[in-house]
Amino acid sequence: MTIEELREVAEKELLRQKKFSHRVLYCSAAGCISCGSNATKEAFRKSLKESGCDKETEVLGTGCMGLCGQGPLVKVDSDSALYERVDEKAAQRIVREHIVAGKRVTDNLVDTSSPFFSSQKKIVLENCGKINAESVEEYIAAGGYEALAKALTERQPIEVIEAVRKSGLRGRGGAGYPTGLKWGIVHKAKGEQKYVICNADEGDPGAFMDRSVLEGDPHRVLEGMAIAGYAVGANQGFIYIRAEYPLAIERLKLAIKQAERIGLLGNRIFESQFSFRIDLRIGAGAFVCGEETALLRSIEGRRGRPRPRPPYPSERGLWGMPTLINNVETYANIAPIIVRGSDWFASIGTPKSAGTKVFALAGNIKNTGLIEVPMGIPLRTIIFDIGGGTSDGTEFKAAQTGGPSGGCIPKEFLDLPVDYESLATVGSIMGSGGLIVMDSTSNMVEVAKYFMEFCKDESCGKCIPCRVGTVHIHGLLNKISQGKATRDDLALLEELCNTVARTSLCGLGQSAPNPVFSTLRYFRDEYERLLTEPVTFISSSGGNGKAAQS
Amino acid sequence: MSQQSSSTVKAAHPSGDNRFKLLDRTITKYQSRGNALIEVLHAAQGIFGFLENDLLIYIARALRLPTSTVYGVATFYHFFRLKPKGEHTFVLCMGTACYVKGAEGIQKSVEEYCKCKLGETTADNKISLIQARCVGSCGLAPVAVIDDNVAGKLTPDNAVDRIKRLQEHAAEVSV
Repeated sequence: MTIEELREVAEKELLRQKKFSHRVLYCSAAGCISCGSNATKEAFRKSLKESGCDKETEVLGTGCMGLCGQGPLVKVDSDSALYERVDEKAAQRIVREHIVAGKRVTDNLVDTSSPFFSSQKKIVLENCGKINAESVEEYIAAGGYEALAKALTERQPIEVIEAVRKSGLRGRGGAGYPTGLKWGIVHKAKGEQKYVICNADEGDPGAFMDRSVLEGDPHRVLEGMAIAGYAVGANQGFIYIRAEYPLAIERLKLAIKQAERIGLLGNRIFESQFSFRIDLRIGAGAFVCGEETALLRSIEGRRGRPRPRPPYPSERGLWGMPTLINNVETYANIAPIIVRGSDWFASIGTPKSAGTKVFALAGNIKNTGLIEVPMGIPLRTIIFDIGGGTSDGTEFKAAQTGGPSGGCIPKEFLDLPVDYESLATVGSIMGSGGLIVMDSTSNMVEVAKYFMEFCKDESCGKCIPCRVGTVHIHGLLNKISQGKATRDDLALLEELCNTVARTSLCGLGQSAPNPVFSTLRYFRDEYERLLTEPVTFISSSGGNGKAAQS
Repeated sequence: MSQQSSSTVKAAHPSGDNRFKLLDRTITKYQSRGNALIEVLHAAQGIFGFLENDLLIYIARALRLPTSTVYGVATFYHFFRLKPKGEHTFVLCMGTACYVKGAEGIQKSVEEYCKCKLGETTADNKISLIQARCVGSCGLAPVAVIDDNVAGKLTPDNAVDRIKRLQEHAAEVSV
C-alpha cells in the first residue's frame, strides 16, 4: 500500500457511494440491536425491494448514533434526517414517504437542532453513526489512515511524540496522565522488544464509551495504535477487551483482517521500514484487570493481580519489556491530532484539559446515550441541555462520575466545568466517562453500599487493606442502612475508609472508598438520619448526637 | 516458551470424546504456550459449556502448566464456569444505571420466584440466574439478557413473566 493507492481506494469508495441516490443508515451498535434494529434493517430491505428502490438505495449498519434510549435509530443520509424508534411499521412508512415520495416522516423525526446535538463536539465519535462500521473502504473514504501515512512518510517518531505532547492530550482512561509524556518514556526505554497495548477492559458499570467506539469505528483505534507503535518503536500491539462485548470483538477481528489484507497492518506499512501487528486478547470478567499491571499479567495468561509500581509498564511491562498502555478513547484521538495538528486540538477544551471527552449518560435522565463534549463544559449543560434533565421531572440530586472509583457531584456544583482538575476538587474523578444521574428517589447510603459491594467482589485478594477492608466497609454500610449502627460505627467507617485508601496496593483499593467519602461529604445527613441514638457516658437523655461525635 | 509439548497435544483424549479434538486445534494454534491459558480456557468453555476438573487437568498437561495454576486462573475470572448452567440463562444486569433504575427490586422478585439466588441454578436445572456487572445497554435500563436476547425496561413483574414463559415454552423469548 502506498499513499497513492490509499487515495485511490478513497476515490473508488466515494464513487461507489455516489451511485446510490439514498443511503439508509441504521444504528447497529449494541444498544439499538437490543431494541430490534436488525428487524428494522430487514423491514427496510423488504419494503425497498417491494417499491423497486432497492438498486438505488443502500442500507448499511453504522456505529452508535448517540440517542441510545430512543432506539432503533435510522438516518436517511441524503438530507440527514434522523428517525427514532423505527420499528418495522415505521421503516415501511419511511420507505414509502421519504425515499419514494421525498417527504420526511414527521412522526419519528428527531430534531437535530436541539441542544442534545448542538452542544456536542465530535472528534472521537465523528465517524460513529456516519460510516459502515464493517467497511475499511468507508473509513478510508472518510479520511482514515491518512494520519498513519503522514506519520510514517513525513515524520520522525520523535516528531510524532512531540505533536502528541503539544496537543495536550491526556489519558482518557480516567487518571489523565499526559499521553505525549508517556510515549516519550516508552520511546526512550531500552528493550529489544516493545509493546503497545490498548486497554479496552471497560469495567465500570454504567460506562459504554469504549465499546461504542470499537463497535462504530474500530479502524480509528487500530490507526492510533499503529501510530503509537511507530512513535515508541514497537512492532506488536495487543487489544485487551472484555469478553462481555461480543459485537465489539467481532468488529475488531474483522477490522484487523481488513487492515492486514490491504497492507495497513503487517510488514513495511506504506513502504516504510515500519511493521506492526495487532492481536486481540479477550478478558474474562475481572474488574481489576483494568489496572495496568493486572492487565499485563492477564495478557501473559496469569491471574490478573496487580504488582507495585515502579517499575512502571513503560519501563518494564509485558514480559518485562517496555510497554505503552493507553485507553481506547486516547488512541481514537491520535489520528485527528496528526492530520489537523496539535494547535487545533489544544484550542479545544481548557488549557489544562485539551480536547473532548466522551460520556455515557445514563440513570434517571431523559436522553440516555453517548455524547461527546469539549472539556470544561459546565455539568449543567451536560445534564440539562444535552441530557434534558431527569427522566420524569423529579429533582436532580447528584451526578456520579468515575464508577466505583469516583464520586458524586451534588447540585451545588452544577456549574462546575467538567475537566480533570475541577472534578478532583469536589472529590470526584473524570473517570473513563460513565455519568450516572440520580434524582431525589436515590438513597445515597444505598448507592455507597452498592459500589462497595462491587469493590468487595472485585478485589483480587492480594493486599489485605483491600481484601479485608472492603468487606468490613460494606458490613458497616449495611449496618447503617438497616438502622442498627451508632455514631461510633460511622466514625469507624471513616477511619477504615482512610486506611484502605492510603494503604492499598493498587488503584482499585485506593479508590474503593471514594463513593463513601463523597456521599459522606455531601449527604452526611442521610447517614446520620439512619443512626440509632449514640451511646455516650455524658448524656443518656437523648441530646443532640452531633456534639458527642466531634 | 515450551515448544516440545506438541506430542502431548496430538494424543487424543482417552474418552474418545471428539470435542477434545476441537480444543486441541486451539492449543496447537497457540503452540501449546502457557501464556495462552486464558484463550484456551475461553475455547474450552465455548466447546464444553463449563470447565470440569478433568478438562482443567487436560489443559494443564497440554500447556505444561501446574494444575494449580490452571485452577487458579479458572477460578480467578468470573467469566469461567466450573459448574454446568441451566437450560436457560437469565443474566440480570446490576450496573449502576440499572441499579439506579431499580434492578434490586427485580433481583428480589426473580430470586423469590425461582427460589434460588443470583449465581445459582433452579432445582430443576431449568434456569440459571446470573449477575452481570454491566451489559452496556444502559439506555434500556433495567436490563436482563435472557438466552442471549437483551430485554430492556424490566419491572419486577414482567421479569417474572419472562421467566414463566421460559419455563412454559422452553422456546425462544422474543424481545
